[in-house]
Amino acid sequence: MTLLNIAIDWAFIIEKIVLISAVLAVSLLIAMYETYGERKVAAWIQDRRGPNRAGPFGILQPLADGGKLFFKEEIIPTNSNRFLFVLGPSIAMFTACLTSAVIPWGDVLTIAGREVSLQVADVNIGLLWILMVIGLGVYGVMIGGWASNNKFSLLSACRGASQVISYELPMGLSLIALFMISGSLSLKDIVEQQREGVWYVLLQPLGFLIFLICAFAECNRTPFDLPEAENELNGGFHLEYSSMKLGFYLFAEYINMFMSSVLMATLYWGGYSFPYMDSLGLSPNMVTILGILALFLKTFVFIFIFMWVRWTVPRFRYDQLMKLGWHVLIPLALLNMLVTGAVILYRQG
Amino acid sequence: MQTLTNRAQPVDRRPMNLWEKLYLPAVVKGMGITLSHIFKKKATVNYPEETRPFSPVFRGLHILNRDEEGRERCTACGLCAVACPAEAITMEAAERLPGEEHLYREEKYAARYEINMLRCIFCGFCEEACPKQAIYMTETFAPANYQRKGFIYGKDDLLIPDPNNPITVKK
Repeated sequence: MTLLNIAIDWAFIIEKIVLISAVLAVSLLIAMYETYGERKVAAWIQDRRGPNRAGPFGILQPLADGGKLFFKEEIIPTNSNRFLFVLGPSIAMFTACLTSAVIPWGDVLTIAGREVSLQVADVNIGLLWILMVIGLGVYGVMIGGWASNNKFSLLSACRGASQVISYELPMGLSLIALFMISGSLSLKDIVEQQREGVWYVLLQPLGFLIFLICAFAECNRTPFDLPEAENELNGGFHLEYSSMKLGFYLFAEYINMFMSSVLMATLYWGGYSFPYMDSLGLSPNMVTILGILALFLKTFVFIFIFMWVRWTVPRFRYDQLMKLGWHVLIPLALLNMLVTGAVILYRQG
Repeated sequence: MQTLTNRAQPVDRRPMNLWEKLYLPAVVKGMGITLSHIFKKKATVNYPEETRPFSPVFRGLHILNRDEEGRERCTACGLCAVACPAEAITMEAAERLPGEEHLYREEKYAARYEINMLRCIFCGFCEEACPKQAIYMTETFAPANYQRKGFIYGKDDLLIPDPNNPITVKK
């Protein structure tokens, strides 16, 4: 069949465009309100009230913050590489949004006789894609720090890069143990298996813990926020950034946080499935919508944990961070992998 | 070694046991502490809407008082300016003319009376020094201005309005 003979499925294209737009809009909206949520959680933990001036309960605060960032003076240092300087935050934002492509946001919706899958791309290498995108994310930090032409930024970017690379290893290893049980790299398959069986956090508690810690490190969240260590490095890799370019870096961090939370919910906590979802006797569309809500509920719990930990645990010293990654997490992840393999072999007889 | 207080604690330098080395139990314990703070009473007040009650001895901005007939009490004796450790108070005296008896209580009055609120340390000595009970300190605080000269409070800022005739304050 030649390319010209393929009938274009317009409904499919429209459906995907709508889905992509919705996913992007939702992740941007959630990232916006994460900034608000973070300030509120911080305030509550510190016995304060948090933002409460802009709108009822301060819910317009993200708009005020965004407006402020847009109107701030934009400075590009004279001796910086202008192209790379602009590229850095763009890459950070771009990679942060890429992860959402392979995440199943829900089961199938039936609209006008058409089955609409709530996943942008159900590719069978879904998890590899995610690992690849996370690996790309480090370029945002590295290019930003390098292009600033500032020793502090460069030092901070180096720390950030080595941290992300160090923590990617145990993250990958803990995921390998997960693949060994699931037998599939497609996130949709992984969720469907958990829908029928048990959530993988019960089979892989250690793997989940390692994944959680690595997710904190990959998102550069406290206690692993060494690239942004403001009291040691004057603000870290985005020291020279101002106005919306800084905003992009900060925003990318919040999108990353949202995506990590969705990933943890999807991989280990059953994704859009919830207990007894198939025995409620509801229509399939209703079950799907409830499933989306379940996924977001799980996600919000993880986002809260991210914030909760940020205001509890102090930042690591750099050598402690490296020691934790290489001396503790990687051996533990390897051990987890070995034990998983042994159990699978034993059960096969 | 003798300790200065009875609250001194000896430093525990024993090597950590396995439970402590695991680090995670300590993290979980810490997270419990921070979580409990979410449900605690907030220490802050919503300032412009709610104000914190002051103690009865609070010393805020000054006022110049009037007597029960609405006449200025101040006789420009200068004792407040002498008592002021920050030298924030300046005044000029003038003599009461016939026909001004309803404005000033005694023969002498302050034609100009200024307190520089940037110098003032709100010690309350002026209040104590005043023999005529003319100057008092209120519970008003947090003055704000865009210019330094706005902090020099003249008589029209300081005098309380006349209870009998509210528009008697001279500009």
